[in-house]
Amino acid sequence: MTMAVTKLRVEEKLYQNRYLVDPGRPHIKVRPHERPSANLLALTHICPAKCYELNDKGQVETTSDGCMECGTCRVLCEASGEIVWNYPRGGFGVLFKFG
Amino acid sequence: MIEQEFDAIVVGAGMSGNAAAYTMASQGLTVLQLERGEYPGSKNVQGAIMYADMLEQIIPDFRDDAPLERHLVEQRFWVMDDTSHTGMQYRSDDFNEAKPNRYTIIRAQFDKWFSRKVRQAGATVLCETTVTELVRSASGKVIGVRTDRAGGPIYADVVVLAEGVNGLLGTRAGLRKMPKPESVALAVKEMHFLPDEVIEQRFGLQGDEGCVIEAAGTISRSMAGLAFLYTNKESISLGIGCLVSDFAQTMESPYVLLDNFKNHPSIRPLIAGSEVKEYSAHLIPEGGYKAIPQLFGDGWVAVGDAAQLNNAIHREGSNLAMTSGRIAGEAIIEIKGRNQPMIRRNLALYKTMLDKSFVVKDLMKYKDMPALIHTNSRNFFMTYPQLMSQAAQNFMRVDGTPKIEKEKATTAAFIRARSRWGLISDVIRLALAWR
Repeated sequence: MTMAVTKLRVEEKLYQNRYLVDPGRPHIKVRPHERPSANLLALTHICPAKCYELNDKGQVETTSDGCMECGTCRVLCEASGEIVWNYPRGGFGVLFKFG
Repeated sequence: MIEQEFDAIVVGAGMSGNAAAYTMASQGLTVLQLERGEYPGSKNVQGAIMYADMLEQIIPDFRDDAPLERHLVEQRFWVMDDTSHTGMQYRSDDFNEAKPNRYTIIRAQFDKWFSRKVRQAGATVLCETTVTELVRSASGKVIGVRTDRAGGPIYADVVVLAEGVNGLLGTRAGLRKMPKPESVALAVKEMHFLPDEVIEQRFGLQGDEGCVIEAAGTISRSMAGLAFLYTNKESISLGIGCLVSDFAQTMESPYVLLDNFKNHPSIRPLIAGSEVKEYSAHLIPEGGYKAIPQLFGDGWVAVGDAAQLNNAIHREGSNLAMTSGRIAGEAIIEIKGRNQPMIRRNLALYKTMLDKSFVVKDLMKYKDMPALIHTNSRNFFMTYPQLMSQAAQNFMRVDGTPKIEKEKATTAAFIRARSRWGLISDVIRLALAWR
């Protein structure tokens, strides 16, 4: 229940933002895995856009549409190969009105 | 397809990139600046406070047309527990001067203005263009970039990496390592809009005067972190940041911390009735002097956040970014003036000049602070704020307890929480790291 409330809160926050989503070209991918590492699991809580979520098999999945491109997940999980991170194509992704 | 070969390519149109591009273009160098955002500033996030002195050195008359929000006349430092804050504040009419020292700004607007100046100085600025790769010669010298636009590589004598804290190019090319989780903070921020007269009433401001609150304490839930509230003209920027390593360990959610900060009884009335128009997140380099990577090499230099140049203790970043960009530009102009190649040995001039500036001197001064704060975060961000708050309340509350007993209770609380030796060693370690 708390999760649902929190999730709603984040979505409301992200709703204020302007994005140009590049359809079919997500800029972050999670490598298929059996069980997530501690850092990958942490992303389900600490990603500020809540882009990472657990599926019912206990694996971490990502939807990067609301991503604010901060790089937190990259700092924690790129070196281990658990995620692949690229910038969106030029002009796409989050477009801050104020920054 | 861009056939021309440039004197310099600048990757990124933030503070450091704009400073470098402006400096070089205004001295006649051919400069191409590449920015992945739709417009300069669309990918950039900052609190934001802008320091006039460092911009004056680049654009002396910036006050004529730069989009500035408020000049700061008051700074409040708060140590918070869950229901209170203990504060120190400094306000001075001396800050109401002809050329004020610090301003709040809104980055998307400021960066558009700065970019206009860069173009007027003669640089070519190409937005919506993500640089995907550095191009290197057989000997390994950086000679240009590839982008996600159609066409082949674009060549230049030198590439200025102003790609920000999360820059991919330099790390993927092996020029520097990725920042460690303990040397970057994740900050989240919201923009709260209110009529200007409401902001002025709530903070006791007149005209363009501005106020800043910076707060630490139990709001970061024992993580090393800082919250802030900056007054803009018709909005309030408000946010909180903590180390990524602490977030990973505690699994706290940054938006929950932000909402808790907004609902703190000391903050809530200041933003009551506001309309939120944006939520943003960004990494801040926190590693200080010891986290500065290699700054130059054959055909490249790194500036600003990409080079981790941020003074976490004074919460200064954009001025270090602007200054490092300007100095990199000046070094490149100097090398070009001597008709020397842009190789590692010559570009070392940039580091020599930067070492002499406040940028490296300030970071050197606090070189031991990150380690101290990061390893003692529970004491500095949870235990001491609670003790301070209890001590202050004990001092203020009149309840018939004799004052001597109140003092003894406060002293005993400090000793109980940290032990005599703990208190002494905290003071000594802090003093040593600060000096």
